Amino acid sequence: MTQQTTQPLKIGDREFTSRLFVGTGKFSSNEAMRDAADASGSELVTVALKRANLTCDSDPFANILDFLKSDRYLILPNTSGAMNAEEAIRIARLAAAAGLPKWVKLEIHPDPNYLLPDPIETLAAAEVLVKEGFTVMPYINADPVLALRLQDVGCATVMPLGAPIGSNRGIETRAQIEIIIEQARVPVVVDAGIGAPSHAAAAMEMGADAVLVNTAIAIAPDPAAMARAFAKATEAGREAYEIGLGATSTKAEASSPLTTFLNA
Amino acid sequence: MSTFSEKFKTLNFDRPLDIAATASSATVERIISQGRARTLNDFAALLSPAAEAYLEPLCHLSQKLTQKHFGKTIRMFAPLYLSNECVNVCKYCGFSRHNDIPRITLDLETVEKEARILHNQGFRSILLVAGEHPKYVSNGYVEECVKRLSKFFPSIALELGPLESERYEPLVNAGCEALLVYQETYDEETYRALHTAGPKKHFHWRMDTPERAYAAGFRRLGIGALFGLHDWHKEALALASHAEHILQHCWKAQLNVSMPRMRPAKGEWEQVEFLKDHNFVQVITALRIFLPHVGITLSTREPASLRDGLAPIGITTMSAGSSTEPGGYSSFDETTFQQTREQEGEQFHIADERSPAEVAAVLNKLGYEAVWKDFDQSLIQA
Repeated sequence: MTQQTTQPLKIGDREFTSRLFVGTGKFSSNEAMRDAADASGSELVTVALKRANLTCDSDPFANILDFLKSDRYLILPNTSGAMNAEEAIRIARLAAAAGLPKWVKLEIHPDPNYLLPDPIETLAAAEVLVKEGFTVMPYINADPVLALRLQDVGCATVMPLGAPIGSNRGIETRAQIEIIIEQARVPVVVDAGIGAPSHAAAAMEMGADAVLVNTAIAIAPDPAAMARAFAKATEAGREAYEIGLGATSTKAEASSPLTTFLNA
Repeated sequence: MSTFSEKFKTLNFDRPLDIAATASSATVERIISQGRARTLNDFAALLSPAAEAYLEPLCHLSQKLTQKHFGKTIRMFAPLYLSNECVNVCKYCGFSRHNDIPRITLDLETVEKEARILHNQGFRSILLVAGEHPKYVSNGYVEECVKRLSKFFPSIALELGPLESERYEPLVNAGCEALLVYQETYDEETYRALHTAGPKKHFHWRMDTPERAYAAGFRRLGIGALFGLHDWHKEALALASHAEHILQHCWKAQLNVSMPRMRPAKGEWEQVEFLKDHNFVQVITALRIFLPHVGITLSTREPASLRDGLAPIGITTMSAGSSTEPGGYSSFDETTFQQTREQEGEQFHIADERSPAEVAAVLNKLGYEAVWKDFDQSLIQA
């Protein structure tokens, strides 16, 4: 990896150098998942609690957490599988009681096909979990008003989707995400739909604070190599954003103007 | 809102059946280039003789769509047969009332003993199966089984005789996540000829079971047709229509579809038409390309070589090391995984006799993770 030149990202009480977050589902093996997470350089990985063993006993058949080094990453438990606020709250509490970080990626999708988040239940759960001291990172549709409402109740980030989970369709909600970024008082993490490194770079160039990628890495022929590609693109996109991209124009503009002497 | 059985009475499959017989190569190529079958007619085209020549690209498309939604993972489950007592007369089924087999309903201790064997093998998702008998549900037997097993099985599914919604509710409250009910055949005439006595005679009542289960709170539903009872094109079309209806009307439920093919079983039935392997592949890929988000289950009815070939092209859920006899798991030798006695009370004889660990190892070699746990009781139980 090239040396980090961009500003660090702060979420809650943690600072992150890498702005690429990765998911742990859909991999061909836990070993492939671990190698990709390592190669991504990410400092935050999210794990579906439904796949983990939340009791104190170790379970070799539900041991996804054993493959993640908690000294290297923040493990962000997610509530995937929850269909309403009550279920999400219950599983988040259980994870915290099991000793996982008191952070939660709040995912409530009652529709198992497109896995689109339920805004009403998400807001209700966020309110409760923030009050209980969780650092709450809600997965939402790219709805600017919902993003503001979630910030009002104390969420640490908002995580609008670029396109449905696993769709690899890129930032289809661009116009809405631009509004969310413009209005945000907390970091904006673009989650879901990012299917190519160029999509990650585009999100970062727009001013997103981070991206979360899972499917595109997990089902790649070489997940670790693809994770590295996403890391580079995320870094490049962020760097370009911090430097400041030039304005777009429909007309050609000479890169070396010839009339500057007139202003001398 | 009309139920599927009401809708089914109005469905006319003449046009899709015609397409399934006569679709051109150009139509199949168009669907492949679009990456999706967007209508039932397109689904039908993928069942056609013309599509047989495109099996390879269809398998690739099916694999791509499956991996996008489900990843490189296969969810593992095991059936646990609670009872082979059954009041139905079904000509093709080993449990049919008049078949001379040893009948048993396991006591709770034996159920737990069987379940612990499966738990030790790695299973965290279990399917409780029983013949159809009013006593199981009325005396709270199944509910008690669920309560005992939910302590160590995060996911419990049921495959029982159809019930009213109100009678499903206590089972959901006890910790059940899923309900499976296969229509067996969607051809009403064939259905009547095969199911000659018992409550299973009621074709439409059975057909609406998934919707009653959804109303009771089940969050995963399984439907299926038993291929080999009637024309497979018609079965596939009706099954796809049923799946489409459930996706629309039971939108919160994860839907799994199963396409078991007839296996040898005790009884008087000789199957009319065997669904050949390449046509079986056609049905699986067609279903995936029509309904990319639907889970597809493959059981141990199929032989190992075929299961290994099918796993990477659209399957999302698999059983392994199954016994279809109540109490059958206790008869496996723990080390060799060989059965130590004849399973006389089995529903049908399985074809893939490998142990769950062997199946998982093969999946791993194929580039797939065998996922044992993908649900947590805490999602549904306080």
